[in-house]
Amino acid sequence: MSTLISLIVSGCATGAIYALVAIGFTLLWQTSQTINFAQGEFVMLPAFFMLAGMNMGMPFWLAILVGTAISVAILGAAFKRALVDPMLRHGALPLAIATMALSIMMKEGVKEFYGAEAQPFPSLIPAIDLHFLGATISTQSLGLLAVGVAAVLALQYLLNSTSVGRQMQATAQNPNVARILGIPVERMVMYSFIINAILVSVASVLVTPLYLAKFSSGETLGLAAFIAAIVGGFNQVRGAILGGILLGITDNLAATYISTQYRSAVPLALLIAVILFRPQGLLGTAEERTV
Amino acid sequence: MKQVLKVSNIVKRFGGITAVGGVSFEVNEGEILGIIGPNGCGKSTLFNCILGQLTPNEGSVHLDGQEVTGLRPCDLNRLGVSRTFQLLQVFPQLTVRENLILSGQEHRGTMGSRLFGPRDAGLSEEADRMIGFFKLGHLAGEKAGGLSYGQQKLLDAAMAFMAGPRLVLLDEPAGGVNLTMLENLKERLQAINAEQGATFVVIEHNMEFVMSLCTRVLVLAEGRVLAMGTPAEVRANPQVVEAYLGH
Amino acid sequence: MSTQRLLTLLGLTLGVLLLLVAPFWMSKYQLYVVSLWAVMSIAAIGLNLTLGYAGQVSLAQGVFVGVGAYTGAIMTTNGMPMAAALVVAVVLCFAIGWALGYPALRVQHHYLAFVTLAFSTLGYLVFRNEEWLTKGIYGIVDVPRPMLLGVQAESNLRFYFVCILSLAIVSFGVWWLIRSPWGRAFVALRENPIRALSLGVDTRRYTLMAFAIGSCLGGVAGVIYAPLVEFIDPSPFTLDLSLKLLMMVIVGGSGFFAGPYLGAAIAVLLPEVLRFTEGYYLLIYAAFVMILMIISPTGLLGILDRYLTARSTRKASAARAALSASFGDQT
Repeated sequence: MSTLISLIVSGCATGAIYALVAIGFTLLWQTSQTINFAQGEFVMLPAFFMLAGMNMGMPFWLAILVGTAISVAILGAAFKRALVDPMLRHGALPLAIATMALSIMMKEGVKEFYGAEAQPFPSLIPAIDLHFLGATISTQSLGLLAVGVAAVLALQYLLNSTSVGRQMQATAQNPNVARILGIPVERMVMYSFIINAILVSVASVLVTPLYLAKFSSGETLGLAAFIAAIVGGFNQVRGAILGGILLGITDNLAATYISTQYRSAVPLALLIAVILFRPQGLLGTAEERTV
Repeated sequence: MKQVLKVSNIVKRFGGITAVGGVSFEVNEGEILGIIGPNGCGKSTLFNCILGQLTPNEGSVHLDGQEVTGLRPCDLNRLGVSRTFQLLQVFPQLTVRENLILSGQEHRGTMGSRLFGPRDAGLSEEADRMIGFFKLGHLAGEKAGGLSYGQQKLLDAAMAFMAGPRLVLLDEPAGGVNLTMLENLKERLQAINAEQGATFVVIEHNMEFVMSLCTRVLVLAEGRVLAMGTPAEVRANPQVVEAYLGH
Repeated sequence: MSTQRLLTLLGLTLGVLLLLVAPFWMSKYQLYVVSLWAVMSIAAIGLNLTLGYAGQVSLAQGVFVGVGAYTGAIMTTNGMPMAAALVVAVVLCFAIGWALGYPALRVQHHYLAFVTLAFSTLGYLVFRNEEWLTKGIYGIVDVPRPMLLGVQAESNLRFYFVCILSLAIVSFGVWWLIRSPWGRAFVALRENPIRALSLGVDTRRYTLMAFAIGSCLGGVAGVIYAPLVEFIDPSPFTLDLSLKLLMMVIVGGSGFFAGPYLGAAIAVLLPEVLRFTEGYYLLIYAAFVMILMIISPTGLLGILDRYLTARSTRKASAARAALSASFGDQT
């Protein structure tokens, strides 16, 4: 029982990170039909920007801010302008291929300029083990969960309770109608890219202390974000949150109760099952197929 | 007269909305039946239920006395039921001739004989005849995507006739076609009807087109049959006048 | 049109001659690289059939190369002939590919991409974990090269010809297939499945066939790959291989017959050409792919195709103009 509790708590914590990355992923899909195969690398890279800042003598908090700002500029604005915009009208596949190439480029780039070894990364939250109902829970887990939930709530507030957020939702649902209603569609799409860049930067700060900064550390995270997004419902922010947390817990339980060899098979099986039996995702609504 | 199609009490609901609320009608051999009705009255949904694109919630469809409800569109097509769609549906990357060969090839032989048989499935002559019939001769080798809208519309119709169907359902064949092309199309349809004894069901908004082409007309309103009869009868029906002019 | 055909024929003849003559002057390593190109081309041709012609996205082609490679390695190290391994691999990949096609009947586009992506990763786990069969991460060593028609294809030069001959046979088979009514049905399936269905095309069966045949060719590539490298472990068959094969098809030009050859050539031969750049090869390749996708989403052959279409349209309109001028402009 006590193991189960700690497994669920730490599962929720990793799940919160998956959710952050998955939300960004779904935002890009909704507003611009971008399937970002580099989303995992998008989480890997900001940590290196921050490390670079600290190497230049910045304090940790400043490095985080500067790193996030650079991420917004490169992974948000430049990514949209240089890669997504020119390809939008050609459909999703060429753009998906281009993001695959981008992911290779980011990995190789980091390997070239930073080396292939994993680099330590300072943690925002000191790691102390707490004991609760006989279960051991790390403050890091709780911190991850807290920051993750806070980020999600902030985003929910932005999307549902502000004018900009509602305009973004309108853009995601039907860009043509949104344009007719006078919503600056282009700017709304840009906002979603910027939000994605901020989300991945937050995820980067949270996750890198655990897994270290390494050129290849985005691979598993990217896959997890895909799965979380699809399982929860590709066209729903709430869905991505549920998907992320569900995935985090499943992942943890599978590692403990199923063979470690096939641990990573469980989320994949979950993904296949959801796509086949409930393709709209757990929280998504079915899109009527038009003849 | 022999009955080709019998539609009995078709009901189709989407969520809480009843798009088609119990429609029945029959079509006899050699007939051209027109289906008219205001936008959103369930005409296309009815078509899709008859043709297996959608599964009706209730009711049945019989072809030549044999029940075909819920058969897949491709199986129905191979039984001799063919259709066109409201929006243009040709294969832009294939040439005009290949579009036509494709439309007939699945009616011949087996998967194996299609793989190892002749490239054109023995349909080149038939395709060229159809190209001539629809006056697309100079375009046979062009990619369908490069044709004008009216030409594509003709090709679309030609594809539906390629396999020599006994029943053809046309969904707004005249939509967006200019007057010259429209005359051409009507004349071609009448010729096929006369020559091959093919039976038609036509959805159309263009009243003049329907009234001059069809032998009988069915009026659909809010998912139900409002009236049915010869063009003259329908035109004189006060309910129809009401439905069309009342609001 | 006829000049175009003549040029194609000329290019083809020159290419075949080069592939037949050049190896006598190639080093051991160069032979290996060109042989690898032939193997990757076969796998990419298979994917091009599934994706380029039939329009079904698959991120799992690498798994089938793996299935083929393991089938070949396991059977030939146990003394069975390569031909038998080929038959088993083809049947196996056909069956698995057919099964993988079922999701495509329910979901399309990005969903299908993710199902096949998941399948790809699952396949890798099986290669790695089922040690009783695959020897896990230790791999299968000393995969023997085959005896064909009484000739031992042990030397690199001889095995090179095995690879090229296999590529030739596969090319001819696929050329036959796409020119048959099946090829037409595949294109119809890609361009408008609903219309195809209404014209009697059994889209379900053709979708499954497209997956099964494409996967088979992945298996064929794998069976040849095993004796080429003579050592099989799970590491080449990760999701990466599937993504690389997908990039080959798209970069060359999906839906074009020559696309996979070109795409595979760029992916396999370019690293050798760019050897002088040392570690930067992948960076250059990635940048190249991104720029290409921006300029021409239909790949390299897409550029050529657009050029030829534009030229023939110009010619046709010039001919029409001349015609109408000579008839005193009646139209």
